[in-house]
Amino acid sequence: MTAATTSSRRAGGPRPGAALAAKSLLYALLIAIAVVYIFPFLINVATSFKTDADAASDPLALLPQTITTAAYERLFLNSDFPVWFKNSFIVTIFVTAGRVFFDSLAGYALARLRYRGRNVVFAALIAVMAVPNVVLLIPKFLVINQLGMYDSYAGMIIPLLADAAGIFIMKNFFESIPASVEEQAKIDGAGVFRTFWSIVLPMARPALITIIILSFQGSWNELSHFIISTQSPDLTTLTKGVASLASGQLSQGSQYPLKLAAAAIMTVPVAVVFFIFQRRILNASDGAVKE
Amino acid sequence: MTAVTNRPSLARRRSRIAGREGVAGWLFTAPMIVILGLFLVIPVGMALWVSFSDWTGRGSPFSGSVGFVGADNYNTLLSGGGLAERDFGISLRNNGWYVLLVVPLQTALSLFLAVLVNRAVLKGRGFFRTAFYFPSVTSSVAITVLWLFLFGATGAVNKVLSYFGVNGPNWFQDPSGIVHNLLGAVGITTGPAILTENTALGVSLWDWLAGPSVAMSAFVLMAVFTTSGTFMLLFIAALQNLSGETQEAAMMDGANGWQRFWRITLPQLKPTLFTVLTLGIIGTWQIFDQIYTGTQGGPGKTTVTPAYLSYTSAFNNQQWGQGSAIAFILFVIIVVLTLLQRFVLRDRAVSKRRLRAYGIAVKGMER
Repeated sequence: MTAATTSSRRAGGPRPGAALAAKSLLYALLIAIAVVYIFPFLINVATSFKTDADAASDPLALLPQTITTAAYERLFLNSDFPVWFKNSFIVTIFVTAGRVFFDSLAGYALARLRYRGRNVVFAALIAVMAVPNVVLLIPKFLVINQLGMYDSYAGMIIPLLADAAGIFIMKNFFESIPASVEEQAKIDGAGVFRTFWSIVLPMARPALITIIILSFQGSWNELSHFIISTQSPDLTTLTKGVASLASGQLSQGSQYPLKLAAAAIMTVPVAVVFFIFQRRILNASDGAVKE
Repeated sequence: MTAVTNRPSLARRRSRIAGREGVAGWLFTAPMIVILGLFLVIPVGMALWVSFSDWTGRGSPFSGSVGFVGADNYNTLLSGGGLAERDFGISLRNNGWYVLLVVPLQTALSLFLAVLVNRAVLKGRGFFRTAFYFPSVTSSVAITVLWLFLFGATGAVNKVLSYFGVNGPNWFQDPSGIVHNLLGAVGITTGPAILTENTALGVSLWDWLAGPSVAMSAFVLMAVFTTSGTFMLLFIAALQNLSGETQEAAMMDGANGWQRFWRITLPQLKPTLFTVLTLGIIGTWQIFDQIYTGTQGGPGKTTVTPAYLSYTSAFNNQQWGQGSAIAFILFVIIVVLTLLQRFVLRDRAVSKRRLRAYGIAVKGMER
């Protein structure tokens, strides 16, 4: 209040004091909310370096009483964690590469190629997008099982290789590129695939990056598909493994430092991708829709 | 097309190109058609058959020994009178309360954050957006593990509450419904006979009104925490597409910030509001990862959701028909609610005429 009155005297305009007070209030509010959003992650990291007793007695402290890397050592040297990490990595790489290729192919065809049945294909795509993922758990298992892909990388990767939302984003992007660009290439005698591959695709970089980010996030964080497509411990992904940790496998008692260390490591790759592409993620409204 | 018939040579060239494009079109879309067809369309058909069959999970669901049982699986769930019906009722109760709380909260909070962050004069906008959005990119498994710790009996949340003299509950172990708890605080511990003696889906009406359990409430907070950032981005994009003119006109006419928000900004945001509400409803009826990782339906079945029940019925109890039937009922619930909401919030997009009407309304408001 005092700040408000002094500034109003200084500026002398129409109620600038009130404006300043409102501004300070806005910042105070924003900072308070930001703390609520960030604090849990700080606690997560801090706790992963605590001892079990410390984590239980002082859950809020951001500085461990004694810093210990016991949780991380246990995870890497004394558990299946490296296997989980490797599996998540393999699946994510293949799924991301596959989605970038197949989504852009299909998006291009739906946006630009005139062929009989295109509207039917597009309508079917929209209809498929409306089917909720969780409803598909049992059905997907049935098909994967019938195809003999259960408990294999094929069963984990192939069903995720194309996604309707990604195709949609690519289609929208290709529609925004002027058609004259390709006409030139066509007149020069380039085939359809060549036009797509060397003319149009390089122009689609912003959309491709969006697909990469979404696919990476989506497949790294995927849980339910791996639950129903695998059983073998050799094929356990991070999400599945950490979920089993959470429900008490591998541990006696609560062992929160161990679980939170696993959660922290699992968050690192998506956090890195997020901070690299931050500007794009936060500005592109296209990329904002998560599934 | 009419122009083409007049010029045969061009038509021939066009059709040749179209032919080439036709082949390419199908080739380009073939991978997607195969993958989505094989893992989305055919599965739905197969599961629909299983939901009408007595398949026990052994062998192929299409083998001769699997029988068609009509609507038996659905009847067991909806009017069987047994444990299956009761569990299904409980799961609907749990998830219903979850949707009822999460959808309005996440929508309001994300809109609030978007309006706060969208100010042109704001310094550090990027920082705040990053802070609010970051929970949305992390995996639901990692967040659930964190939540189990934060909301533990001696966790961070209860520690903070203790500063205010509140003795926090043992969140994920507490099956009591929060509506019942609130009523209990004013001395009402049992409902009127009309509520306790009548049941729907094997659950008494009084229990339907129990509210989300304390454990489920922690999941509610988690959902709001992790989704508000995503929806904030949608609202920011929409806010930036609004023309400043109407705002300025209203400002000139003396409408205050609150009036401008309710009368001008909000009506223009209606399409985005519709998107956010739809995605919210679709998402909240599918809660699965968190339950699988966190509570496995406990305590006292108060975090069992239809998605989770469908999974456990099939994969743990080998009740494949029932599991599939639950999945299809869930599908119908989501579709019906989305359509209902579409009807209620009919897309009366803000037309030019209406915009003008708003302008007039604001002008009229001033005096």
